Amino acid sequence: MLRDEDRIFQNLYGELDWRLAGARARGDWDGTAALIAKGRDWIVNEVKNSGLRGRGGAGFPTGLKWSFMPKQSERPCYLVVNADESEPGTCKDRDIIRHEPQKLIEGCLLASFAMGAHTCFIYIRGEFVNEARRLQAAIDEAYEAGLLGKNAAGSGWDFDLILHRGAGAYICGEEMALLESLEGRKGQPRLKPPFPAQVGLYGCPTTVNNVETISVVPTILRRGASWFAGIGRPKNEGTKVFCISGHVNRPCNVEEAMGIPLRELIEKHAGGVRGGWDNLLAVIPGGSSVPCIPKPICDEVLMDFDSLREVKSGLGTAAVIVMDKSTDIIKAIARLAKFYKHESCGQCTPCREGTGWMWRVLERMVKGEAEVAEIDMLLDVSYEIEGHTICALGDAAAWPVQGLIRHFRPVIEARIAEYRSRAGRRAA
Amino acid sequence: MSTIKFILDGREVEAAPGETIWQVANRLGIEIPHLCYSPKPGYRPDGNCRACMVEIEGERVLAASCIRKPAPGMKVQTASERAKTARKLVFELLVADQPPRERAHDPDSRFWQWADRVEVAASRFPKDVRPKPDRSHPAMAVHLDACIQCTLCVRACREVQVNDVIGMAARGHQEKIVFDFDDPMGASTCVACGECVQACPTGALMPATLVDEAGAYTNAPDREVDSVCPYCGVGCQLTYRIRNDRIVAVAGKNGPSNRNRLCVKGRFGFDYVHHPDRLTKPMIRKEGVPKSDVAIDPANPWTHFREATWEEALDRAAEGLRRIRDRDGPGALAGFGSAKGSNEEAYLFQKLVRTGFGSNNVDHCTRLCHASSVAALMEGIGSGAVTAPFMAAEQSDVIIVIGANPTENHPVAATFFKQATKRGAELIVMDPRGQALKRHATHMLQFKPGRDVPMLNAMLNVICEEELYDRQYVQAHTEDFEKLKAHVKDFPPEKMAPLCGIDAETLRTVARKFARAEAGIIFWGMGVSQHTHGTDNARCLIALALITGQTGRPGTGLHPLRGQNNVQGASDAGLIPMVYPDYRSVEDPATRAFFEELWGTKLDPKKGLTVVEIVNAAYDGRIKGLYVMGENPAMSDPDAGHARAGLAKLEHLVVQDIFLTETAKYADVVLPASAWPEKDGTVTNTNRQVQMGRRALPLPGDARQDWWIIQEIARRIGLDWNYTHPRDVFAEMTKAMPSLANITWERLLREDSVTYPCPAPDHPGEAIVFAERFPTPSGRGKLVPASIVPPAEEPDEEYPMVLTTGRQLEHWHTGAMTRRAEVLDLLEPEAVAMLSPLDLRRLGIAPGEKIRVATRRGRIELSARSDGAVPSGLIFIPFCYAEAAANILTNPQLDPYGKIPEFKYCAAKVEKVEAEALAAQ
Repeated sequence: MLRDEDRIFQNLYGELDWRLAGARARGDWDGTAALIAKGRDWIVNEVKNSGLRGRGGAGFPTGLKWSFMPKQSERPCYLVVNADESEPGTCKDRDIIRHEPQKLIEGCLLASFAMGAHTCFIYIRGEFVNEARRLQAAIDEAYEAGLLGKNAAGSGWDFDLILHRGAGAYICGEEMALLESLEGRKGQPRLKPPFPAQVGLYGCPTTVNNVETISVVPTILRRGASWFAGIGRPKNEGTKVFCISGHVNRPCNVEEAMGIPLRELIEKHAGGVRGGWDNLLAVIPGGSSVPCIPKPICDEVLMDFDSLREVKSGLGTAAVIVMDKSTDIIKAIARLAKFYKHESCGQCTPCREGTGWMWRVLERMVKGEAEVAEIDMLLDVSYEIEGHTICALGDAAAWPVQGLIRHFRPVIEARIAEYRSRAGRRAA
Repeated sequence: MSTIKFILDGREVEAAPGETIWQVANRLGIEIPHLCYSPKPGYRPDGNCRACMVEIEGERVLAASCIRKPAPGMKVQTASERAKTARKLVFELLVADQPPRERAHDPDSRFWQWADRVEVAASRFPKDVRPKPDRSHPAMAVHLDACIQCTLCVRACREVQVNDVIGMAARGHQEKIVFDFDDPMGASTCVACGECVQACPTGALMPATLVDEAGAYTNAPDREVDSVCPYCGVGCQLTYRIRNDRIVAVAGKNGPSNRNRLCVKGRFGFDYVHHPDRLTKPMIRKEGVPKSDVAIDPANPWTHFREATWEEALDRAAEGLRRIRDRDGPGALAGFGSAKGSNEEAYLFQKLVRTGFGSNNVDHCTRLCHASSVAALMEGIGSGAVTAPFMAAEQSDVIIVIGANPTENHPVAATFFKQATKRGAELIVMDPRGQALKRHATHMLQFKPGRDVPMLNAMLNVICEEELYDRQYVQAHTEDFEKLKAHVKDFPPEKMAPLCGIDAETLRTVARKFARAEAGIIFWGMGVSQHTHGTDNARCLIALALITGQTGRPGTGLHPLRGQNNVQGASDAGLIPMVYPDYRSVEDPATRAFFEELWGTKLDPKKGLTVVEIVNAAYDGRIKGLYVMGENPAMSDPDAGHARAGLAKLEHLVVQDIFLTETAKYADVVLPASAWPEKDGTVTNTNRQVQMGRRALPLPGDARQDWWIIQEIARRIGLDWNYTHPRDVFAEMTKAMPSLANITWERLLREDSVTYPCPAPDHPGEAIVFAERFPTPSGRGKLVPASIVPPAEEPDEEYPMVLTTGRQLEHWHTGAMTRRAEVLDLLEPEAVAMLSPLDLRRLGIAPGEKIRVATRRGRIELSARSDGAVPSGLIFIPFCYAEAAANILTNPQLDPYGKIPEFKYCAAKVEKVEAEALAAQ
């Protein structure tokens, strides 16, 4: 278990003062100018050496991503922080913004400096009304204290931080759609390449990072890359905020070491599965888009990027959705399918047409009103959608379906058989 | 930039810089399906349909080949199992929601063609609820049940034609195309350019003519003929789509000036050729029917005319001309040629007048449109044509559009201007009336009508006083700069501001912007030319371009937007009383000797009369015989009441046309002629592009080819002509006109379009001219100062408003064609006068009410329309409506140099026509 002193987010539960004074008391903004004085290469290297991987879901090495930004650019460079946290089950960025906003703000300055950006935009989810207010208040405080603006924090670096509210579309959490939306257009993903580091916001070099990713940077720089890298497992280093929800006794957010066993995570921090570990049916370990894993896998699996990939799931946003045996797993996945159908931007064919079709089939499967052959067809279509769409929403819609069929095919078949026999009885 | 080597389907290939995988594959003959991608010019790949996915080694996801550019060493599989099944699924998902193919709106659509090739005929997926049809637009059928959300129509509307009507609304499976705020298409701001119809790969958007009421494809074309649009001077190339010898649809073709684009007239205004009013038999005015009686229904001319054989009609027509020539001398005859015919017809017509009638009394509607521009250009730079094509705007960073409304009158040219602004070019629009381009303009100068010279001189003043002129260019390429500089000293912006109504700061800003532009270009239209000071207006524009060095380079130039499809060509061919073909003076003995030699006859050394002068002379009895081919002076001449009286006084009037025009109603002999799609011939557009028109239809009834009719008249008045086809005429023209060097009929048949001047048989022609020197005696451009000449008739107490005339998007010239094109006449069915909402309120007139507009010359009654683009005090009336001919009102005062009338300014008054008066009628 992570030692308390190794927790980056000391105020994750909002028990302490969120304001600048409180944040400073916890060490935020301590020696920021000195960190900047070490130069952008030093910062990028520290982040690289810390092993920090993106906390938004994809887990791309953050330092490497930053190094894609041009060293010299005639056009302005931008950092854009993705605070459009919308993945069902995920609420870690929300609490960071609520209770530790200065960590994010300081991280914005350090990361922006490291990428040569004088301007950073935070794109915050439209529904986060109170969070946007609080974050704006925190930004205002930072400006007043000279931590932002000209010669930010006395570092010699001019830096502006702009908070932009979204309008309530899940797809705008996709980095390219986010940039479109930020530019004032309909939130639809752009095709890659070109990647944002070459052609991003307003056509300029841009890096898009998750709130948690940016918020941990100041602590990493202060405590050193080796400290962060010393936590967790190789290639899956550091701490991570997990969001545990569903059929547990005490749903919570908790910062833990990467690689903590799933069972330990649930039992130590969330009060265990409702009705005991043996009452567990399955867990969606990384937000609604990753495939679920059944109890036998949950028994052993470690919570990090690579361990979960080995069991054909993913760490995603580390939103652990726990389902006990009372769960109608088909219905649960059908509900997720409906979500992705609803949130598909409609731009590309497989996603626009395929998500709707998958949802309709699943709705029938909930009732058992389907052919057994349709199970394979559904799986087939999910594989045809995966990797063939403009953005990852198609993948996100396909994976839960794949997880369902991979682990619960007998449940679907039984449901179909039951429906048939009932229909048969009715007919007789 | 070097090529990119990569591996495509196992073999090493090279991509040019910027080339996509799809383009390379296509070039090498590898077929990759595509729906949302159109390889046509102007269409950006979007990569949304996922029908063109290919596999790239080392990448987790498939890539859209239409948009993905290869990288060195990349290994691409276009036909891997994964790519093929992914593409197939796309088709299967889409086929599921399509109307069944047997009931498809377009069963031959690109969608179905590709579905066939990827072998998807049916879908495992159930059909979803589909949208209902929208048949609210007269020209286009909207059946979104076939829509695949590929956004080609959105790109067509927003990026290619830049009309911004179509959008993609909602999200996910609800996503659909909408017109404006989800209005029915017919109720939206759609300008019916039809670009979306042409772009649609499924038949969701179709020309309404091709489908029946239920949306079934019942009117499939059986053949296609490439030609040129018969309307404006843009010269769009097009393809007539024909079924049973009737045009059923028109598609844009990739011509140099239009790149597949068309406007509502070109695409949907084709059915005039099949109108029942078409003249199909030669006619002779009945004995005893006076010329004062012109109450003739064009659909039934037999009240006033009788049918005649060609033999009789031609004899009668020629006999009258011969009689007057022999009795009263050549000066008593005149001819009006046409800017709507071919170059060959124009050439023959002027040759007929010059060699057969024996005078230079030949003119055409150029007199009414750009005569003053041509006069100023000839004087200033020695050439009347444009120095750069309008496509040059693509390279400009500052574009001035003055006295022109290109979105209505040159819609396809306007697309280039709008695209330029999207790219970041600055657009400066100067016009008393607001217009659609205003929305794209950086500066909109709505100056006071008729005050062009004060405004332009103020700009020249700024450029001279602030020394923003191009010193080197002025020294090397101009003359009389000091004179101009001294002259414009008296026109500071502060002094001119109250005159022209534009504040001094704005005048300074636009002057600086144009002078400092890397590449500035000026376009103008009839708002500049149709004034008694039209030549002065054009002189100012020429000076503006010359002193800033904005000519002769890419993105720079002087471009009067020519109005008619062949007004450039007809002028080049010599349908002008002062000059022979190629603008060579009739008064120059050497030139005359050349043409006397070429044509084998003596020629009149005196300049002839111009259009308005001829009509005046007819009124005065000095002109007794007139031969009109395809012109309609009874509608197009100023003070039309006077013009009509002149026509009525003619002893002998021969009219050759396709309809019984208002002019033909005064005729003694009417000769039924050929419409544009019925003839072979070349036309020259505003960009100096000589283009080939091809015969697409048989002639209706007993109508004949125009060149044949001219030749028959020529033979009957004593000329020995033996042309067998327009190509013979073109061959003779190349001998008479150095401008046509290296351009042959065969070449045009092969290439469709060649720009003159053309230095070599394999050269496309010089788009931008006069980089080194101007074709003036000194080789320099002459700067001619212009003084302020007020309009000929200013408003006063009795006639307190200003009347200006012009055109509408849907109607062409005098309306003879477009009023008989079903779609166009449905879109704009009745005569209207546009007034400012303020004036309407002041006059107590509600929009749609009948008003009477009167000037010192006459009065007309028509409907009032409220138009926010019209400033208070101004009335705008389109001149296409025979039932309320605007030219009854206009002032025939002429510009002293160009002899162009002041169509754009006269004093007028407006009053409401009371309901009782209407009832009494």
